[in-house]
Amino acid sequence: MINTLAANSLTDALTGPLPLLGWDISSDTAFVIAAIIHAVLIFHVFALCPFFLIWLERKGSGRIQDRLGPTRVGGRFGWLQSLADGIKLIQKEDLCPPVADAMLFRSAPYIVCLASFAAFVVLPFSHSWVAVSADCGLFILLAILSLEVFGIIMAGYSSGSKWSLFGGMREAAQMVSYEIPLAICALIPIVSAGSLNLGEIGDMQSGHLGNWFLFHDPFTFVAFFVFFVVLTAGCKRAPFDLAEAESELVGGFHTEYSGMRWSFFFMGEYASMFALCGVAAILFLGGWHTGIPGVDGLLQEWRTRGEFTPFGYLANVIGAGVFVSKAAFGVFVQIWLRWTLPRLRIDQVMITCLKYFVPISCFLFLGATVWPLLFMFVWEQTTIYPEPLGKRAAEIWSVRHDDSESNESVSTDADAGSSNDSESIEVELSSGQYVASTNKNVDLQLQSDSSEQTALAASIEVRQ
Amino acid sequence: MSLFFTIFALAACLGAVAVVISQSVVRMAFWLVVSLGSVAGLFFLADADFIGAAQLLIYVGGTLVLLVFGIMLTASGPYMKIPASPGETVVAGLIGVMFLFMVFATINGVDWDGSRDRIMAATHQTEGATGFDDRSEGNTLRPLGFALLGVRPDVPNGVAGAGYLLPFEIASVHLLVVLIGAAYLARAKRRQDVV
Repeated sequence: MINTLAANSLTDALTGPLPLLGWDISSDTAFVIAAIIHAVLIFHVFALCPFFLIWLERKGSGRIQDRLGPTRVGGRFGWLQSLADGIKLIQKEDLCPPVADAMLFRSAPYIVCLASFAAFVVLPFSHSWVAVSADCGLFILLAILSLEVFGIIMAGYSSGSKWSLFGGMREAAQMVSYEIPLAICALIPIVSAGSLNLGEIGDMQSGHLGNWFLFHDPFTFVAFFVFFVVLTAGCKRAPFDLAEAESELVGGFHTEYSGMRWSFFFMGEYASMFALCGVAAILFLGGWHTGIPGVDGLLQEWRTRGEFTPFGYLANVIGAGVFVSKAAFGVFVQIWLRWTLPRLRIDQVMITCLKYFVPISCFLFLGATVWPLLFMFVWEQTTIYPEPLGKRAAEIWSVRHDDSESNESVSTDADAGSSNDSESIEVELSSGQYVASTNKNVDLQLQSDSSEQTALAASIEVRQ
Repeated sequence: MSLFFTIFALAACLGAVAVVISQSVVRMAFWLVVSLGSVAGLFFLADADFIGAAQLLIYVGGTLVLLVFGIMLTASGPYMKIPASPGETVVAGLIGVMFLFMVFATINGVDWDGSRDRIMAATHQTEGATGFDDRSEGNTLRPLGFALLGVRPDVPNGVAGAGYLLPFEIASVHLLVVLIGAAYLARAKRRQDVV
């Protein structure tokens, strides 16, 4: 899992004699330096997200309520309001109520922060711009984000206050229920993509707007909106912010907190909002691809020239900008919803999840699996309008293959086990082609579908 | 790598000891999070990313949240404590020492090199798995998926029976039946009107 495209290529770039000083950097030292660079970069993303988003929340809420919002600190739009907030919060006294369970009370904010920080480790920002490119990246990300709940529940329990206890209980009930439709809705585009690797999923949507999984079939289209509502609830944002309902519970789980520990909860909340909106952007909205036909093709062409060439780097920078804009727009919609809609009651929240979202997402999942099969039987192709996925997967594989050629000397030690594996996959492949050839009209579309299998099998071979 | 292994292994062991020593149930849950999270970290270090993520999702994100939720719903006092009597401590300590002895005896009893050689001979490999190699490929998801369908590269001929899909499905249907049964038992009973 540690083998990442970005980390490895950065390690390879750093290995060797240093230009000015003449030091010879070994590959181990280069690996450590690359790891530190990644960690620092991710930490800055994690820290700057809340910085910008809290300002956006203040400004947005002000505009929606017909106020001006922050105007003074840092110029006309109050850009530095978050910095002023931060300085104020650092100066405040770090209180711990005498009835609280001090150890749990003090450590709960760190769990929240740690969980949402660690989620950024597997979140790709552009083609191969990811700290850890794991094959089950989406699964790891959802698993890490599910730890955040534990911190909030512990904060609620250990505060020794009724408000906090109620907030923690509501949060626990809400999160345990909403994780189910969240996971099922995340699986719906996975059914089409055939991969849990967030980088691969993003790259499959290059080309044009129609290639986004949002427009793949009607089920993924509906699933995006369900996913967005569910992730709003998962981030405990209004109208689902029962855990901190200030009109009923004072502050909910963070009633007793002050100063930096209080702000850690909000850093974690805004960072995980950004991370989940980024996941939504990758799964449904084309990730780092613009969706404009000519531009995407040009950027893809630049990427094939290599990561450390000027054009390839520029393409990735543009991709990261597009991705961050999409995720930030998702957060903006959440802010917009928060200041527009009234809060639900706790029983309404639970009914919305268990009686509506779970059945709806199960139906969508079933539909997303049946849809391509139906098309296969009727028209003998899996889609009508968008480009078939097999073709796109083959393209990704060719880009990947160009990338990994430079790393082949590194990963040859694991080749030994691949010979048998490739045989068994060939068995599967030949059976798939047999099914394909029994159909009467084997057209171009079908060939590209079998090329999907070839590409997948080939990518498996490359990995092993 | 060995530095990270030391950190995670120490955290896992110390967390486990703290679970046993602490008396407050929620503190036990916290130390269990530390311990299980460190075990997940060890899985990640051993390049077993899927099992590490599953560990986090199922035990930390699922089971422990439910545990604390149950305590919050049912506890009568502010902080629920389970004190242990001296007799219980002695018995538990004895059982723990015996278990530790059994684990050590088992680990020492296995011929690790011999079994590795046998596996390598069966799968026609010339070189063993490299273990804690920071560059080694450890994407376990696709091999796991193939093993679920019965395609196994590590057994001769590459195909081993029906795979793990059927047992997996049986276990999940079993869990579903248990869930439905629990919901049926716990639902609000309707009062039967006496005619």
